[in-house]
Amino acid sequence: MIVADKKPIEEIIEFVKDRERILVAGCNECVTVCEAGGKKEVGILASALRMYFKKQGRDVKVDEVTLERQCDHEYLEEIAGTVGNYDAIVSIACGVGIQFMAEEYPKMPVYPGVNTCFMGATEYRGLWVERCQGCGQCVLGQTAAVCPVARCAKRVFNGPCGGSTNGKCEISKETDCAWQLIVDRLKTLGKMDEYEKLFPIKDWSTDRAGGPRKVVREDVQQ
Amino acid sequence: MRLDYPSNVKVIRVPCTGKVDVQHMLRAFEKGADGVCAIGCLEGDCHFNSGNLRARKRVEQVQKILDTIGIGGERAQMYNLSSAEAPLFVKHTQNMYEKIKELGPNPLKLAKAKAA
Repeated sequence: MIVADKKPIEEIIEFVKDRERILVAGCNECVTVCEAGGKKEVGILASALRMYFKKQGRDVKVDEVTLERQCDHEYLEEIAGTVGNYDAIVSIACGVGIQFMAEEYPKMPVYPGVNTCFMGATEYRGLWVERCQGCGQCVLGQTAAVCPVARCAKRVFNGPCGGSTNGKCEISKETDCAWQLIVDRLKTLGKMDEYEKLFPIKDWSTDRAGGPRKVVREDVQQ
Repeated sequence: MRLDYPSNVKVIRVPCTGKVDVQHMLRAFEKGADGVCAIGCLEGDCHFNSGNLRARKRVEQVQKILDTIGIGGERAQMYNLSSAEAPLFVKHTQNMYEKIKELGPNPLKLAKAKAA
């Protein structure tokens, strides 16, 4: 899932302080799971904004909505009938949802209410960790399903490097060495011979360096 | 034990303080409450293991939000006691009452009165 973190309320207030009718829009997917942009967080942010404006003596309308997803036009269309009642939207979906909201409603100012961080998973409640960088050319099949792109600070493909000590990375004692994890897992699987295999140079053209990417699937297009 | 606690304290019963969410407390302030205190079981004594610990963290979140928007974080408090400690309940509510009296009414009410 996409992991996001709440933006400080001060920052959001700065975006919308001159507005009169605000819609706080959440998303029922990833940001709900990482407790940054779901229905509950919509309620908290909207309540805080309402109180802020009331304290200023201003009667600002702050409404709440939580869409099934903000990264799909069909769900964004659900608010087409009411969106005209507002002069700003604070979206607390991920960066994708926020942009899609803005694309769906070109005349509506849309502001982010979260900082979108990475693609990751819930280690336990309150700890989300990065697991994928979407490099576009998955190597997990060769690395015992541990990603050296996302989990190795240097993204090395021939690790571990000299900075690996007692299974930890030199950048932090709390960060596991991805290559130590790979070797440990290969041992567990009895496939250490795979560690010896040479792989062709990774094709980085599918990574972010080539600019915004697309996946085109003509077979499923209508 | 017929003890008196301040008459303007409104008690809302919940099965566990773990049921009290940030939203509930904020909504109370939005509706004009001058202060909100969550009173849970003693730490380590929660029937549901960690309900009161969660409540404390949520109260802290509320305090942070209230400070940010200028309402004042002190208006939200968390207290712990055992269900057999009625005198302590009275003491906590009186403490809260005194604290709120010192802080004055909810600034939202003042802003509303000013606007009218």
